[in-house]
Amino acid sequence: MKYQWDFPAVWNHFDMLVVGLVGTVKLAAVSIVLGVIVGFVVALMRLSHRRMLRAPATAFVEFYRNTPPLVHFFWFFYALPIMVGVSFEPFTAAVLALSTQSGAFYAEVFRGGIVSIEGGQWEGAKALGMSYREVMRRVILPQALRRMVAPFVDRSFELTKTTALASSLAYAELLYQAMQVNSITFRPMEVYTTIALMYFIVLFAASNLMRLVEYRLARAG
Amino acid sequence: MEYTWDFTVIVDAFPVLLRGLLVTVELWVLAFAIGLSLGFAVSLGRISGRPWVNAPAIGYVEIFRNTPVLVQLIWFYYAFPIVLGQQLSPFTAAALGLTLNTSAYCAEIFRGGIVSIARGQWEGAKAIGMTRAMTMRRVILPQVMKRMLPAFTNRGIELAKVTSLASLLAVNEIMYQGRLLSSTYYRPLEILTVVALVYFVLIYPGSYLSARLERRLAARD
Amino acid sequence: MDETVIRIRNLHKRFGDLHVVKGVDLEVKRGERIAIIGASGSGKSTILRCLNFMEMPSEGTIELDGKLLGTEGRANGGRAGRIYSEAELCALRTRVGMVFQQFNLFPHMTVLENVMEGLITVKRTSKDAARSRATEQLTKVGLLDKLDAYPGKLSGGQQQRVAIARALAMEPEVLLFDEPTSSLDPELVGEVLRVIHALAEEGRTMLLVTHELGFAYHFADRVVFIADGVVHETGTADEVLKHPKRERTQAFLARFTERAF
Ligand SMILES: Nc1ncnc2c1ncn2[C@@H]1O[C@H](COP(=O)(O)OP(=O)(O)OP(=O)(O)O)[C@@H](O)[C@H]1O
Ligand SMILES: [Mg+2]
Repeated sequence: MKYQWDFPAVWNHFDMLVVGLVGTVKLAAVSIVLGVIVGFVVALMRLSHRRMLRAPATAFVEFYRNTPPLVHFFWFFYALPIMVGVSFEPFTAAVLALSTQSGAFYAEVFRGGIVSIEGGQWEGAKALGMSYREVMRRVILPQALRRMVAPFVDRSFELTKTTALASSLAYAELLYQAMQVNSITFRPMEVYTTIALMYFIVLFAASNLMRLVEYRLARAG
Repeated sequence: MEYTWDFTVIVDAFPVLLRGLLVTVELWVLAFAIGLSLGFAVSLGRISGRPWVNAPAIGYVEIFRNTPVLVQLIWFYYAFPIVLGQQLSPFTAAALGLTLNTSAYCAEIFRGGIVSIARGQWEGAKAIGMTRAMTMRRVILPQVMKRMLPAFTNRGIELAKVTSLASLLAVNEIMYQGRLLSSTYYRPLEILTVVALVYFVLIYPGSYLSARLERRLAARD
Repeated sequence: MDETVIRIRNLHKRFGDLHVVKGVDLEVKRGERIAIIGASGSGKSTILRCLNFMEMPSEGTIELDGKLLGTEGRANGGRAGRIYSEAELCALRTRVGMVFQQFNLFPHMTVLENVMEGLITVKRTSKDAARSRATEQLTKVGLLDKLDAYPGKLSGGQQQRVAIARALAMEPEVLLFDEPTSSLDPELVGEVLRVIHALAEEGRTMLLVTHELGFAYHFADRVVFIADGVVHETGTADEVLKHPKRERTQAFLARFTERAF
């Protein structure tokens, strides 16, 4: 028995997949922005000299690094609402899960970039009479930012792939939409292959584009 | 309204969670062991100078790295059986997807390690009559194994987290049991929190070791 | 006693479009010591590396002990040429040893293990026999006190002597040296040249690519001057180094101010 391919059956519902792709991009974009904010705050806390700030930040990072994202999705969707007494939209729960998780990873990217700058830079700038803030802003960050680009981009790609987990909360991103198309067409092979290709094209194109940008940045540096 | 925690359900639920944990570990061991060996084979294709070996290896690695792992699992469970002409059990589909995914990442780690060794090492071995296979085994791999260890540990940690996605194919690992139990007892907050903690306890030692190892290796050179 | 060990016929080597070796013919007699000299980039290393197939010749044939290497067949490009199996080449390389400019020792093995490696993995010698043979060779190059040291802890001169011992341990019929002293500090050159000289005294067949013309003069039965990928002039050390016939050879030699011969 030879399998009869029927891609057109799926492509008739391509509009649904486009809705999904938009959902994926929206979820990723919002989570990246919020994740960066979370990550920045957590990184500053981890770099602080006060234990009171450092300890919770470290715990936050370690917790997220060592637990699966799917648990966070379910936790924010099913568990947290019980505690706070309000229920969340799937989108909200997904954004919460993704931005806190990526925040933990971004925090490590930021911190890693800053501590990678040699002590001599601090000393040199301080010797010029610059304050902590000035040293950070004018000497450390400009150098550190360049080193953060590659790991930051890597993390953002990981996050984008993780958005697929929001399908389990019935948020209409690409994978969820594919499941819907599948339930109409009964063509899992064509549907899931199509969206795998869609993910691939978007991510592969984006990652090569970013590599080019990184290369330019490195050369400029 | 104050939420009243009730952790007594955990006492009842724990045996089931443990059974789930066992399945998680099973998935992890299987996918990691086979993924490593397969990854090594793929890395050989990746460094080969022959385009008809090299190109498929690149394609393999890039497809698995540029699509969400959840989409891969869904594909292997719902789509792949159609070309195979035979249903796969959820466990088999999940194990297959996780193994191939892991092998693609491991291939890149092996490749990075192997190409980091200077060409002179290959030449030195060649000049005393060693074959490529002997050189790989006796000269190249022993030199890079240590250097690659942190990357492999990280891969193992990622894999441990990713095994949770098998729950979405109804593989009865710990995440799946957790969700089932939380709807049975209607106590998602307690149960999902405990599931997260179990993962943490399972994964943290690995990432702690990996971080220490990385520091030790960095201090050495 | 005049038997030919290696006979090269019409050797060509191309790297893509770059034609580096353009038809070299050379015969090496048993026990002969040949110095190969020439300007940088003239193709000396490439010729030497084709002899033990570190580089695959693009064209031409190589005979070892009167036996033509490889089999007739079609090469990758589809052109008629010789094809060589990995097994044949590996076996050949144990008979034609090589010492590199950059030593290429294995950093994760001790000095002794470096020398034993080929014996154990390639020749399948027992560990004990390999150890005693390796120790013997290391004694010969004066490194008996360094058996358990790692290459990284040795001077360049010591490393190069280990590399020579590693090649010798395989009991090759022919030894190839590609500028063995070029990457050494000047004060370490002497110790390596002394070892090579001692091997010459043993009557070994050796080919040496070098810029040390003084050493070449004392070392070589025959000097081969390479220019533009061909043998431009060849003869005894006296003929080529002291009384070169051709203009290009003279011009090359004129660039060396101190003539230690
Ligand atoms: N693997 C290679 N790929 C491409 N070109 C090469 C390769 N090896 C050598 N060449 C080129 O072939 C030419 C001859 O190189 P070769 O190393 O044989 O010269 P040489 O006479 O040994 O020079 P030197 O005295 O500097 O060692 C050079 O132009 C070199 O750039
Ligand atoms: Mg050379």
